[in-house]
Parts: sequence; C-alpha cells; structure tokens
Amino acid sequence: MASYDLVVIGGGPGGYVAAIRAAQLGMSVACVEKRATLGGTCLNVGCIPSKALLDSSELFSVIGHQAAKHGIKVPAPQLDLASMLGRKDKVVKELTSGVAFLLKKNKIDVLHGAGKVSGSGQVAVDLASGGTSNLTCKHILLATGSEPINLPFLPFDGKTIVSSTEALTFDKVPDHLILVGAGYIGLELGSVWKRLGSRVTVVEYLPRILAIADAEMATLLHKSLEKQGMVFQLGTKVTGATPEKNGVTLRCEADGKPVNIKGDKVLVCVGRKAYTQGLGLESVGLVPDSRTGQLAVDANYQTQVAGIYAVGDLIAGPMLAHKAEDEGVAFAERLAGQKTHVDHATIPSVIYTWPELSSVGRHEEELKAAGIAYKTGKYAFKANARAKCMDEEDGLVKILADASTDRVLGVHIFGPRASDLIAEAVTIMEFRGSSEDIIRICHAHPTLSEVTREAAMAVHKRAIHA
Amino acid sequence: MTIEIKVPSVGESVTEGVLSRWICKSGQGIKAGDPVFELETDKASQEIPSPAEGILEIVVPEGEKVLVGAVVGRIAPGKISSVVPAASASAPVVSAQPVLSTASPAARQIAAEQGIDTSKIAGSGRDGRVIKEDVQAAVSSQKAVPASTASTAPANVVVRSSGVRSENRTRMSTLRQRIAERLVSAQHNAAILTTFNEADMSAIMALRAKYKDSFQKKYGVGLGFMGFFVKAVVEAARAFPTVNARIDGTDVITPDYLDVGVAVSTGKGLMVPVLRDADKLSFAQIEKGIVDLAVKARDGKISVADLQGGTFTITNGGVFGSLLSTPIINPPQSGILGMHTIQKRPVAVDDQVVIRPMMYLALSYDHRIIDGREAVGFLVRVKECVENPERLMLEI
Repeated sequence: MASYDLVVIGGGPGGYVAAIRAAQLGMSVACVEKRATLGGTCLNVGCIPSKALLDSSELFSVIGHQAAKHGIKVPAPQLDLASMLGRKDKVVKELTSGVAFLLKKNKIDVLHGAGKVSGSGQVAVDLASGGTSNLTCKHILLATGSEPINLPFLPFDGKTIVSSTEALTFDKVPDHLILVGAGYIGLELGSVWKRLGSRVTVVEYLPRILAIADAEMATLLHKSLEKQGMVFQLGTKVTGATPEKNGVTLRCEADGKPVNIKGDKVLVCVGRKAYTQGLGLESVGLVPDSRTGQLAVDANYQTQVAGIYAVGDLIAGPMLAHKAEDEGVAFAERLAGQKTHVDHATIPSVIYTWPELSSVGRHEEELKAAGIAYKTGKYAFKANARAKCMDEEDGLVKILADASTDRVLGVHIFGPRASDLIAEAVTIMEFRGSSEDIIRICHAHPTLSEVTREAAMAVHKRAIHA
Repeated sequence: MTIEIKVPSVGESVTEGVLSRWICKSGQGIKAGDPVFELETDKASQEIPSPAEGILEIVVPEGEKVLVGAVVGRIAPGKISSVVPAASASAPVVSAQPVLSTASPAARQIAAEQGIDTSKIAGSGRDGRVIKEDVQAAVSSQKAVPASTASTAPANVVVRSSGVRSENRTRMSTLRQRIAERLVSAQHNAAILTTFNEADMSAIMALRAKYKDSFQKKYGVGLGFMGFFVKAVVEAARAFPTVNARIDGTDVITPDYLDVGVAVSTGKGLMVPVLRDADKLSFAQIEKGIVDLAVKARDGKISVADLQGGTFTITNGGVFGSLLSTPIINPPQSGILGMHTIQKRPVAVDDQVVIRPMMYLALSYDHRIIDGREAVGFLVRVKECVENPERLMLEI
C-alpha cells in the first residue's frame, strides 16, 4: 500500500500543476489520470488541439484570401486535412509528453487508471494495465475537470450529433456544420471548419452571441463572423434532431414558428458540466451541487469533507485552464502554510476566433447594473501603424475606468493578437492601476500594444493619434 | 580536492546560456554560496553561487556561450579567513542605491506636480503600493485643511530612529508661502543696506524700574521698551522723513503720518500688525496697542486690515537672543528698525570702562530713496532718544 502526502485525481492543468507545486514544496505526491496521456481536457481535447487547428486553418485562410494583397501569388491552396490533423496530434503529443516529463522530474508517481475516493485518506485506482492500486494519503485533491453538456433532447451519438471532442477529429470537412450554442467553444470550432470550407450555421437560444461577454464587443465579433460567412440563427430554440440519409435535420423553433436546418453534422456546445462520476464521493458523504455538479470549497480549496480538496472546473468560477492552474498552485501553497489567493476579478478570458476577442475585468452591462460610474476609452486597430503593416485592421480596444478614481475596471480587446495584448491589462488591474498609468508607461512602436495606450488616452479624451 | 564549477540547469528546456559576467576574480578566495558568476539564458539572468569554499580559477571567460553542465571554473581547496574585500569591490554596491518609489506612474506624476511625498501616503494598491487615487485623496485632503492648521515649527522636527535616515516633507502654508514671496521680492526690488549703532539702555531701564508699578496701575498695561522705541522712531522720522516714505513707480510718496508695524512672531510665521498714527499715540496707547495686536496675532484673530498699510516697521530679534542682525524691509516700506538683545558690555564712558546694558540697533533701508546720510542720521536720532529719553519730552 503506497503512502503519500497528497494524491491528485486528475492530470489536467489543475491537477498536474498542483502536483508539481506540492512536490516543489516538499510533499510526496501521486497523480492518477484516466487517460493514457496527461494534460486533461486542455491538452488532449480542448485548448491545445483547438488552437492548433485554429492557427492552421487561419493560415489556410490568409494564404487563400490575403496573400495576394501582399503581392504573393498562390493558386487556391489545397487542404490536406489528414496532415493538418496530424500536426495537431503531434503538438498535443509533444505537450502531453512534456507534462509526463515534468511529473517524472518532480518525482511524482503517475498512475494511469480511474481513481476514486474509497475512504478518508484512501484512493483506489482501477489501473488501465489491469488490477487495482490502493493509495493512502494525508490529502486528496479532486481535479477531474468537466465534460460537455449532453442535451437530453439532442444526445451525442459520436458521429452526427457531436461534441467538441469529435469536432477536433472530423475525417473530412463537413459540407454543412450546424452549431448549437454561440459560446466561445462553438464559435472557435465553427471558425476552423468555416475556413476549411464548411458552410456553418450557428443556432443560439439567446438573441445574442457570447452571453457572458461585453455586448458591444460581442456585436463586433458577430459582425466579423458574419462577414466571414457564418450564418446566425439567434433567438432560436432547438427541440430535437431527425436523422437523414446523409446527415441530420435539426428541428428548431424561432418566434413560435418551426425552423428546420439540414446539415451533415451538429456540433453541440452549450456549456460544460463538472465531472464527478465514479469518484466515489458518496462513500465519504460529499454531494455535488445538483444544478452545476460542482463542489463547494473554502478558502483552502477544502470541501466539506476534511482532507478532500477540489480545484478547477470542479468548483465555481470561470471554466478556464489558467484558472485551474492558478488554483492548483494556490491549493498546494496554502497546504504548505502560505496565504496564496486567486483573484477571480483579474482572470482574463480569450476567444480564439480571428480577430481574437479577449477581456479582463468587468464589462459595461455589469458596471451599469452595479451602479458604478465609469468612463470609456476606445481606439481602433485601423488607426494603428503595426496593424496596417500586418494587414489586420479590424477591431478595437475598449477600456473602462472608474469615473472618480480612474482605476481600470475592465479592458476588452477585439482584434489581432488580442490573446497576448490582454496580458498588459491584467497586470495593470492586478496592481490596481489607472488608465493614466497605462498612458504613462512606454509602449514600443510600432506595436499593437499602442492601441491599448491610445484607448487609455481616449478615456481622458486626449488620444494623440486620433 | 579541486571542485569544478559547472553551469547549472536553470529551467526545463534551457540547454545553454551566456556567461555574462564573472562576479569574482581568478585567484580570489570565495566561500560556498557566494555569487560567483552571472548566467544569462533566454528566460532570465541570474547569479550562480559557488559550490564550495576555496580559491577561484576562471576557465571560461565572460561573454562566452556555455552549455548546461559545462565546466566554467574551478575552486582550489583553501580556507579563507574572512569575507574577501575584493568580492565586495566587484559586486554591485546595492546599499548605496536609492530606494525607488513603487508608486504607480500616474501616482508619481501627480505627486511630483503637487509636491507630495508618496512615501508618506498609505497605499491601497497591490502590497500597499501607492496608486493614483491615494495621491488624489492626499491632494484633496490637503486643500481642505485651512491655512491656520498647516505646519508649525514643531511638526517639522524629524525624530530619527536608529540607523534610519529620513526627511520630513510638509507643504508650506499659504501664509508662509506668501511671506516667502514677499521677502524674496523685497530683496529683489529694493537695494537693501543695513547701518548699525548701539544704545545704552540704562536710562530706559532706570525709568522702567522707577515707574513700572504706577504705570501698570494707571494704565493696566506694563511699561515696556516699545513705547520708547516707537516714540524714538517718530522723532527720527520727523528729522528724516524719507525713511518713512515709499516708492510708487517712479514717484516717492512721503506720508505725514506714521503707521508703525510691529513684527510679531506667531506659530504660523512672522506677522506685522500695524499701530496706526503712532506719532499721535501716548506711551500707554502704544504699549496697549502692541499688546492687543500681539495677542490677536497669536490667537489667529488678526484681520487683514490690521496687517495692511504701515509706513515703517520695528522688529525685535532680541527676545529670541539675537545680538545683531540685518532685517529685511517690509515692502512697500523703505526702512525697518531692528532691536536686539540687551547685553551687559564694557563700554567707554568719560574715558572710563563701565558695564552698561547695551543693545545693538540695526536700520535696514532702501538705498534707492534713502541715502547713507539719512539712514545713519535716523539711527543716530533713535539712539539719542533711547539713551536720553528726556529728549522725547523736549523733542530735541
């Protein structure tokens, strides 16, 4: 019977990072992972493969549509989907091997199999290689993440009604891909297949896309995606699907009237749910929330059962890999007696469509609802020198600052490399900076980051290049 | 046994770096753990500690690209008795560096504009850093404080705790700023000169000794020196009216009245309330007037009208122990009489050395309209009247 200070169930960003940090802090750690590869949803069927395909398909699109503007003459590019998917798989493999190496380097025992809590300080692992392994430990960290929500009236069948996992491995480009849900996962994957040649229709229940984003920014993305050829059916309820010979007909309702959409694949992206199946929580009296499936934890990430902890998608907060990572670190450090704290208010979020959409802090609707007086500063990429050189002129940066203290309350970026540009805003907000601070910091020229600076100037109505 | 110094692993996926700087020299004795060289990689630049104690031998020179694990130096065995001075000479002198402000850029900007010391403000930023709104709050609370409660001398006393050197920075009150402006402009505009003399105070002191009780009883105010001096100034001004004059553009205005300003030191700074028509006042009126004005000034109840006008000023540094000084004139006036401490000194009287209570007198004057003859004459007249008070009575 192997004994450890900490056993982590789940080798995704929350789990493996917590394991490494705990090992760095001197604890003996074991990590249990159900998949053959580490890295969780993020590395295997989430962030990484989707970004690899997004970058590849974006390149395909740029070569096909924008190369000529640069004076580069290419005939219409041909897609070798197998190779593109192969490259994606290679990237995933490199990264998952990398995680395995990190755990090994930190002397963390990795067990591949399904782990479950079998008692207080007890973890039983159904090994993939056969047999069972029983571990005793002082602390158990649950980091099993989440899975796509399966709609009861439109259940996944792995072939025609699919989740994001399958949408990363289509063997051919669908003729017509129907997306259910205009959230970030759907829009990203929809972008991939649109660029590779699919017709894409997005069906969304609400009258707008990206319910949690700033309305103005969401509208900008919406218009851009429409210009790229995506068709949107907003305010439309999905009621079911009828299988067809070569695909499916999605049955919907809009304004009380039936709408039928025919396509070859339906990608359902209506959100994700915490994954606690088979974890043996009942054996220790832990009950997840009936609606979200998540576990309640205290400031030390400890659940209601002493010695059992949880981080990442299993607990409240944005379901983001970096949030899980930060919590993994915070959990391990707090276990070691430190006072680390994860501030949800400064967790950035990114949507990897092109142009990208990123944000940190609050958006205008939230500030209005909270009755907070704020000032706005906006600046378009169109007026930025680097954006012009890159031929990437769509988008803008919007900064929201407190009307009296000038503290930055939210930054929203729609444009090229928004995913990287948001880091400056996160740093400023972490230091409780003001828009004037952004102005008084030197930004290299010519860079896209100058858009952020001019937007900060615009808060004070003194943009220089406008 | 010689120990090799190797390039350590500083991060996963880092396989090489540049040995950017040797912190210690070949032949230098170093201790285990002393920083010995600087390694620059893609990720960071860091100081690498010595693995052992001994004498350093450099193998790879500065600026070379090195692989992780490469031998860059050797340590020959040898005990070193103390921290080698050479190490500290080559290591950067950190202690001399000034502590940089961690206030945010905007906070620093506003603080510089408003003359605020950010190290004196509580910070509400990350880890207690001072951010823009903290400085803004400090600025508005400063504006809300009325001039009467602004810095006084005791507030500027810096208490020095062991080993910590700091400075106290306090905003000048509006009053003090105005005083400062006026003093500087006085020096700037007038050609100020000072002429000195001395007065034997024994006559006045004898009079005071003789009559102070009955004076107090009759007038309810003490018989001080000021009555004598104001009256002496009146006499001198009659003889030398230019000292009582002022310049207005290209004109010289000579009033036929004498409003004497009496400099009073208050907690808030120097104030000069004015005794109007001093040439028409009696001893008692002068003394009482001065007492009233001094009390008003110290209580902060002086009005602007009290401070305005004035054709001449008397200042007394003697109460603080000043032996001799060169007062600055109070614009737009052209003269100021400085009284000083009374000190028993040996002086020659009728060719005899005697001890007399002496006071040095100073008259600073604006040489643009008062020439030396008038200034000296004025002061001599003051001296004469002070040394022989009966001359005031006889107007001689």
